[in-house]
Amino acid sequence: MSRAFPSITLRWLPVWRRNLRVWRKLSGPALIGNFGEPLLYLLALGYGLGGFIGEVNGLPYIVFLASGIVCASAMNTASFEGLYSAYTRMAVQNTWGGMLATPLSIDDIVLGEILWAGTKSLISAIPILLVAALLGVVHDASALGVLPVVFIIGVCFGAMALVVTALAKSYDFFIYYFTLVITPLFLVSGVFFPLDGMPDAVRIGAQLLPLAHAVDVVRPLMTGQPLPSLTLLYLMVPLLYAVGAFWLATVLLRRRLIS
Amino acid sequence: MLPDLPDLVVEARGLTKRYGTQTVVDNLDLSVRRGECFGLLGPNGAGKTTTLRMLMGATLPSAGELNVLGYPIPQQARQMHLRLGVVPQQDNLDPDFTVLENLSTYASYFGLRGAALDARITELLAFANLEAKAHAGIGTLSGGMKRRLTLARALINDPDLLILDEPTTGLDPQARQLIWQRLRTLLAQGKSLILTTHYMEEAERLCDRLVIIDSGRILVSGSPAELVQQHIEPHVVEIHGRGMDEWFNSIGQQFIQRSEHSGETLFCYLADERPLLDALRHCPELHFMHRRANLEDVFIKLTGKELRE
Repeated sequence: MSRAFPSITLRWLPVWRRNLRVWRKLSGPALIGNFGEPLLYLLALGYGLGGFIGEVNGLPYIVFLASGIVCASAMNTASFEGLYSAYTRMAVQNTWGGMLATPLSIDDIVLGEILWAGTKSLISAIPILLVAALLGVVHDASALGVLPVVFIIGVCFGAMALVVTALAKSYDFFIYYFTLVITPLFLVSGVFFPLDGMPDAVRIGAQLLPLAHAVDVVRPLMTGQPLPSLTLLYLMVPLLYAVGAFWLATVLLRRRLIS
Repeated sequence: MLPDLPDLVVEARGLTKRYGTQTVVDNLDLSVRRGECFGLLGPNGAGKTTTLRMLMGATLPSAGELNVLGYPIPQQARQMHLRLGVVPQQDNLDPDFTVLENLSTYASYFGLRGAALDARITELLAFANLEAKAHAGIGTLSGGMKRRLTLARALINDPDLLILDEPTTGLDPQARQLIWQRLRTLLAQGKSLILTTHYMEEAERLCDRLVIIDSGRILVSGSPAELVQQHIEPHVVEIHGRGMDEWFNSIGQQFIQRSEHSGETLFCYLADERPLLDALRHCPELHFMHRRANLEDVFIKLTGKELRE
């Protein structure tokens, strides 16, 4: 029973809605954090570094960078939500303990948290997209196609973060995950520079991980270039990670919270 | 429609929980009748919380058979939870929400909404004496208010069975009285209650029946009055003061069949208290107090006087 694939019902909705309700109360600082930092990266690196670099793959550097920043911000936002915020709900505020005394189960909570992480990624990406459009670094309205991809990135990294949270004994544990997983992905997934020039090992390694494919889909959507022919296959990579992590997080949390 | 409530709201047979080689709950048989307040007492580490968690389906038993509200647990815990209310030992109110939002959010976990829910919340705010605090943040509530809100929250689904894990720990006497009053109201409405507490007075006042457990096993069970009658002498004289030990060795012990030292106080358990009281009146330096035996005396006799941590 305890290793079974999580049951999927609409009971994730109250979990998701509870988080939305808290977010609405605290949205000021949350928004600044989610969108202020990536915006600073975009402006400082886009204009500052861009002045030296000029064009990358035939695009002005800030145009190249903007699509990477949208993806990286989605990854970071969902990771923070699935690590620090989820851990607080699990171990500090005992919110999940309260939910488990009601008809909600671990499966419902994990699914609600994952979909919430995806939602948070959307919330952080929308203002960045808006600013990018105002700066004129977005090609046309097909950039709206970025939003479902951002949601997939959020769901993927939210689910992966919940696996780490299920194993965490304290907040300090998350440093390992950030340093060993998130930061390397941030640096070698084509956010700041194309992977073409990298050694094969790095390039192939990045292709096996979920962020690089998302960047490969988001960049043409924002710059008006043709989508890669394997777009659907590319999106399957973060989705597969999401499904695997959803399963693993549920099994680990069942073991941790109901044993 | 929900199935009818069985006569026994909890039926446990051979309930056991082991962690590795350690047995925390050992072959426990329990039955809780519909409409009664049932107490689960024991020193720290006796297995109370683990037992409660198994009843709630939050801990999986290693062995035994368990039915709560007629549902086999843990298999049908979800259906059972629709009819269960829980007041946990540690507050888990949502600190970012107001009183009202705490109630409505918790209600959403049961799928409750609409006008019926609004009416229910109004009713529960009155029940918990929190009408004036409906829009207050959790951080501004006193300990007693938080406990009352937790109790109100546990009632949001109009449960048939309420599990209360130390509902009055840490409260001042007035706040405790108010909780007792509310629990009695719930009993009068026909709800069944399962209660753990460290306050024997609380158990004696509220519980129709109780068990005292230690090392995961039931030591005794019965009504508070039965337990006092069966397990302890009817009179207790507590003595303390300078020269007590000398007095006990030279004079006192002839009047006392059974006594126990705890700290600087001598507890004397007696079938007939008069000879001892007469003797004590001749010792002005000793302070003493005579009272009827109570549940706390039974508890201490059965579980010992040493400190558990």
